[in-house]
Amino acid sequence: MNSVPKFLQYSKTHEWVRRDEDVLTIGITDHAQTMLGDLVYVELPEIEANLESGQECAVVESVKAAADIYAPVSGEVVEINEALFETPQLINEDPYGKGWLFKVRPYDNDTPHLLNSEQYLKQVASEAH
Amino acid sequence: MGKKTALYSSHLSANAKMVDFAGWEMPLHYGSQVQEHHHVRQDAGVFDVSHMTIVDAKGQEVAALLRYLLANNVDRLTSGKALYTCMLNPQGGIIDDLIVYKIRDDFFRLIVNSATHDKDLAWLNEHAKKYSITLVERTDCAMLAVQGPQVRNKLSAVFDLNDLKVILDLKPFHAVSLNSLFVARTGYTGEDGFEIILPSDEAAALWEKLIAAKIYPCGLGARDTLRLEAGLNLYGADMDETVTPLESNLAWTVAWEPKERDFIGRDALEKQRQSGVMRCLKGLVLLEPGVLRNHQKVIVEDMGEGEITSGSFSPTLNKGIALARVPHTIGAQCMVEIRGKQHRAEVIKPPFVTKNKTAGSVHISADPHSKRHNGVDVKS
Repeated sequence: MNSVPKFLQYSKTHEWVRRDEDVLTIGITDHAQTMLGDLVYVELPEIEANLESGQECAVVESVKAAADIYAPVSGEVVEINEALFETPQLINEDPYGKGWLFKVRPYDNDTPHLLNSEQYLKQVASEAH
Repeated sequence: MGKKTALYSSHLSANAKMVDFAGWEMPLHYGSQVQEHHHVRQDAGVFDVSHMTIVDAKGQEVAALLRYLLANNVDRLTSGKALYTCMLNPQGGIIDDLIVYKIRDDFFRLIVNSATHDKDLAWLNEHAKKYSITLVERTDCAMLAVQGPQVRNKLSAVFDLNDLKVILDLKPFHAVSLNSLFVARTGYTGEDGFEIILPSDEAAALWEKLIAAKIYPCGLGARDTLRLEAGLNLYGADMDETVTPLESNLAWTVAWEPKERDFIGRDALEKQRQSGVMRCLKGLVLLEPGVLRNHQKVIVEDMGEGEITSGSFSPTLNKGIALARVPHTIGAQCMVEIRGKQHRAEVIKPPFVTKNKTAGSVHISADPHSKRHNGVDVKS
């Protein structure tokens, strides 16, 4: 079973969101990296880019497939994980840690559309059918 | 539910991620497709390829039928030898690619693709009617491919000395029957190795022995990146009934001599050879980070457009690579459109990765000066 930490929030499209004061860190879930397999390439948004919630803003590619990453919130990109350009497999090895994708300063601190870990687990289970 | 090979439960106990492939439930990988790829390039791996269709053709007129059905010429074979060939329609389009083994003058074995199983058998049976032969599909058999530079060493823990000597003495593209096993020195990875056909009820025991000999289980995912690096076409992606061998980097598989030999598709191929082949299949190496994918558009300056037929990521080169059907006038570089943006690629004649047979090591044919190669340990 893939891990779904309780202290994170999730999107329906398999991104996770961690809140550290006024900045959100975003990555893809353990379930998503397992489904994709060995990651070999990433494209990340530019720093200072303005993202709109739901917008395609990054791409992760495994040997098997390319997957779009959707911004889970609206906000400004303040940092990207440059280590992924050389070592995209960090996403496979540590999806909630060293495999983070980018950080955003959200325009709105309210994120009612995001899921908690329990809701996300249900979402994953519903997709298995 | 799809069809299951004799090794289905072996795959499940090895934690395989199973996927549908041409109606079969097959292992995609057992954890890491990239790791499995490296095992085969540097060490040894085993694939379950029991989904492949095995057809035994027997009878006095079997060679006559195959001379007419196949673009390569089975008259080149002595008993115990194999060749790779296309089977064409009258327009020269490729119905399938296959390996044919000559076992005796009146006994040949064909290995055809699983995705083309029904149409291949229909085509073979239709033409076989006019000849005195029998065709039997060997659904009672499993097939394992054991591939990689360390396979020869590792097989000593699997076979007894007498059998081992027979197997290790096989020359490339030769095969031998060994008790219930049929062992051929063939494969689809670009590495040295063997393909073993055996009764389904013996397959799990041999699989266990191979795994115990530290030959790693590898899935169809690694098989695809290995064959792509080796520049080997995949039927249904790189070729189909709308293209000829001459447009598919397979002119070498067409036996033009002797001129008197009539084979299906010959007239069309002769005409195409005369009038000129406008499209060809080339290798592309992406010169920027990224991954090439099937159906991406290839732009050749002033020459028109082409399309990627098989694109992926090369774990050995650490680059995006692809086979692409392009205008025959293509030069040394082209552009590939990825998500609306153009990216530069180098054009090469496949393979991307070749093994140096004498040293048993891998030589990288594409862009040997790139620093990205430095991290790749391809010694074997």
